[in-house]
Amino acid sequence: MADWEVVIGLEIHAQLATRSKIFSGSATAYGAPPNSQASLVDLAYPGVLPVLNAEAVRMAVKFGLAIGATIAPRSIFARKNYFYPDLPKGYQISQYEHPVVSRGSLSVMLDDGMQKTVGVTRAHLEEDAGKSLHEGLANASGIDLNRAGTPLLEIVSEPDMRSAKEAVAYMKKIHTLVRYLEICDGNMQEGSFRCDANVSVRPRGQEKFGTRAEIKNLNSFRFVEKAIHYEVARQVELIESGGKVVQETRLYDSDKDETRSMRSKEEANDYRYFPDPDLLPVEIDERFIAAVRTTLPELPDEKAARFARDLGLSVYDAGVLCASRELGNYFEAVLAELSAPHAAHAKLAANWVMGELSSALNRDNVEITASRVSPAALSGLLARIVDATISGKIAKDVFEAMWSEGKAADDIIEAEGLRQITDSGAIEGVIDAVIAANPKQLADFRAGKDKLFGFFVGQVMKATGGKANPAQLNDLLKAKLGGTAQETGS
Amino acid sequence: MLHNLSIGELAEQLASRRISSVELTRHFLARIERLNPALNALITLTAKEALADAAAADRRLAGGEVAPLLGIPLIHKDIFCTDGVRTSCGSRMLDNFVAPYDATVVARLKAAGAVMLGKANMDEFAMGSSNETSYYGPVKNPWDTAKVPGGSSGGSAAATAARLAPYATGTDTGGSIRQPAALTGVTGVKPTYGRVSRFGMVAFASSLDQAGVFARTAADAATVLKAIAGFDPLDSTSVDTPVPDYPSMLAAPLKGLKIGLLREFFDGLEARNAALIHEALKIYTSLGASTVEVSLPHLPLSVPTYYVVAPAECSSNLSRFDGVRFGYRCDQPKDLADLYKRSRGEGFGPEVKRRIMTGTYVLSAGYFDAYYLKAQKVRRLITDDFRAAFLKVDLLIGPTTPTPAFDIGAKIADPVTMYLNDIYTIGANLAGLPGLSMPCGFIDGLPMGLQLIGPHFSEGKLLNAAHQFQRLTEWHQHAPRGYE
Repeated sequence: MADWEVVIGLEIHAQLATRSKIFSGSATAYGAPPNSQASLVDLAYPGVLPVLNAEAVRMAVKFGLAIGATIAPRSIFARKNYFYPDLPKGYQISQYEHPVVSRGSLSVMLDDGMQKTVGVTRAHLEEDAGKSLHEGLANASGIDLNRAGTPLLEIVSEPDMRSAKEAVAYMKKIHTLVRYLEICDGNMQEGSFRCDANVSVRPRGQEKFGTRAEIKNLNSFRFVEKAIHYEVARQVELIESGGKVVQETRLYDSDKDETRSMRSKEEANDYRYFPDPDLLPVEIDERFIAAVRTTLPELPDEKAARFARDLGLSVYDAGVLCASRELGNYFEAVLAELSAPHAAHAKLAANWVMGELSSALNRDNVEITASRVSPAALSGLLARIVDATISGKIAKDVFEAMWSEGKAADDIIEAEGLRQITDSGAIEGVIDAVIAANPKQLADFRAGKDKLFGFFVGQVMKATGGKANPAQLNDLLKAKLGGTAQETGS
Repeated sequence: MLHNLSIGELAEQLASRRISSVELTRHFLARIERLNPALNALITLTAKEALADAAAADRRLAGGEVAPLLGIPLIHKDIFCTDGVRTSCGSRMLDNFVAPYDATVVARLKAAGAVMLGKANMDEFAMGSSNETSYYGPVKNPWDTAKVPGGSSGGSAAATAARLAPYATGTDTGGSIRQPAALTGVTGVKPTYGRVSRFGMVAFASSLDQAGVFARTAADAATVLKAIAGFDPLDSTSVDTPVPDYPSMLAAPLKGLKIGLLREFFDGLEARNAALIHEALKIYTSLGASTVEVSLPHLPLSVPTYYVVAPAECSSNLSRFDGVRFGYRCDQPKDLADLYKRSRGEGFGPEVKRRIMTGTYVLSAGYFDAYYLKAQKVRRLITDDFRAAFLKVDLLIGPTTPTPAFDIGAKIADPVTMYLNDIYTIGANLAGLPGLSMPCGFIDGLPMGLQLIGPHFSEGKLLNAAHQFQRLTEWHQHAPRGYE
């Protein structure tokens, strides 16, 4: 494969989180009984007319500002004409020649830590179609128009990605961004965030793009990656065996892990786009843009940069913490509860949020906003590490108890008697007893078997139920054994 | 006789309790029952609902309410959705369609206390100039039942001329109010695009469609227009500008009015038609108006431009009639493609299919620029021509149609000849301008129309000019024989 360069562009469909549909007053909530959220406008009854939901425009502008794009002072809705049962009007209202957002870009962090800028050609507003239902219906299809008219922002990238990994990294970045902006819930299972991938290959060094295939409707990051891998291999194999890639639309079958042809360019619809005469051009002035700009939150890149700069976190850690707005917020809330200076504790808090907390959330499949350990509770635990009441190791047990029992760290430490032993006399007493009980090991150690230091640490910890302050234990043991210094972990 | 009274006179009779709305409604229902079979002006009669509405209006009247249309009957063109009443749009496609809501025009008139007698026949989906494309058969012209009443609002025009109702609603996409008004001898007003809501009007060509009114006088039309005009949040193309009190503008003197005579309208105009226009202009000059010749060089391109733009929009607007959710569905479809093809093939008539095909063609890849885009450019030029003309004149006057009503069957086989019938009316639609047609004389015993076109939102001026003409003439008072 070294001879081939992969070229990928993505068209991401983000469902906008408006309360009502883009051209009607119907609700957009997911999972309602079929057709219970379809008004006469959504059903395309004779005589009804679309009225644009201003909130959808506001959200599109918000996205445009977040990627440094141009906001069109005048954008136009067009009709995309084709027949399909879940498309009630026989046309989809979309934006064609004059999208609301154009020419933006964003920066994506790759696995090797390098940043890559991906261009966003355009983002336009359109309405979603309904759903055809085939299961449980003999010789018939059902149609659910609840989704018909749901606002979508279609975000079209430049063909800037050069691998499946880059494509996924870009898609994840957009996913993070739309949730930061609170314009899309990002729920991929429910179809709120999905994409089409345009994939082609060309001999490395060649300027002209190869013929592309468009893989439709990918609704998970994993499928995007696998579908692109399959498609790239298919295209390379085809070309190397003397064949030619044809421009076509393909479907990814996740069960078989392959892409299949849906329709070729020749069979493609002629959509007969023309400006929708039922809708006026969308006029956006500077005042509107300025007002939207004031609603922009701190964006993920800005927040990560701040974490790295002000808190001394690594670029990688800062990036992980900012991958979701909720995670970043949680982290900042934990930090805010801890006593100043923050920077001193930032690394500790970051490790706990990315480590114990994240694995507990993953394990029990809980959203961070519903975490059983609140930021205040976690900072309560971290405070006990900072003031040496408990060791990091004990803290992990305390955390598990907090997670399962919902109690405060202090209560668990008290009830379980987990407070560290910091009384030098008490630790010395235990050390003396351990040394007395293990004369052979003492002799071996003094004869130069340095690694037996760890054995003595273990024995003392065992005798104290792990509660001896590790640093104190280390120092005292060193003095008692009189041997060479040896590090122990805490 | 009650059916010859104006809306104003009827309102007076109702307010003074000399007649009741129920009596008035019965009077018109009886006329419809007696006279409509020869005219076929109505598709659906709603006698029961009308009497109930009339009784409700009588209660409001008894409560001392005074309103200009309260208790007065009307007929709606069957293109307006009427809650619980079949809305066929003159098509087999919607023969079984009972609208679940009221169009804004219908709702506003209902709120004003108007009493709907029924739904008027029309060309299928408003596509036609003779009312011969209706699934429910042609409407006959009350002046001569061998003649067409014009179209597409032929039923509304014939019903108004035959005194089956004091007024009727209509829609005008390329002349569908003004042309039938002219051919049946009534007054028809097509308002500025955006003046009256299109919500609930089955769409033909969205950028051209406009609802309006048929009445026997400009004064009556002014009263009705005031009731239906105005911004509607449900129609994004309706314009949010205040509705003037049209009736109070009727009396304004015309001294100093500058009337433009379109050279393009008079070139080649049939002599008797031209003579009627010139007679009408004498009335205006006697009222202190002056005339000046103006030219709209791009106006002769109106018909071809219209027959690209209107079919393009209609081909898309009519896609929703697919046999899936409402309307006609073919028997036993084999599969989805069969459902579409046969439902549409059997549900639409030939003229509708012709326009869907034309529209699909002009929008398709490879032809879009040459047809649709070019037509939009010409449309802009025509609009600019009008704008330039209105810098010089207050309104334009000319003929509404090239000829009086023609024989049923005479042009239906030749679409292009039929299309040329709208040569004088289409320009106003392309430019979104208000237009009015009123009777100005007869040719061979058939009424002819005088057309007034004004700048955007000049309905008040058009009605004023028409009213002043009607004060001094009696063309509008003629009733067809047998309908007096």
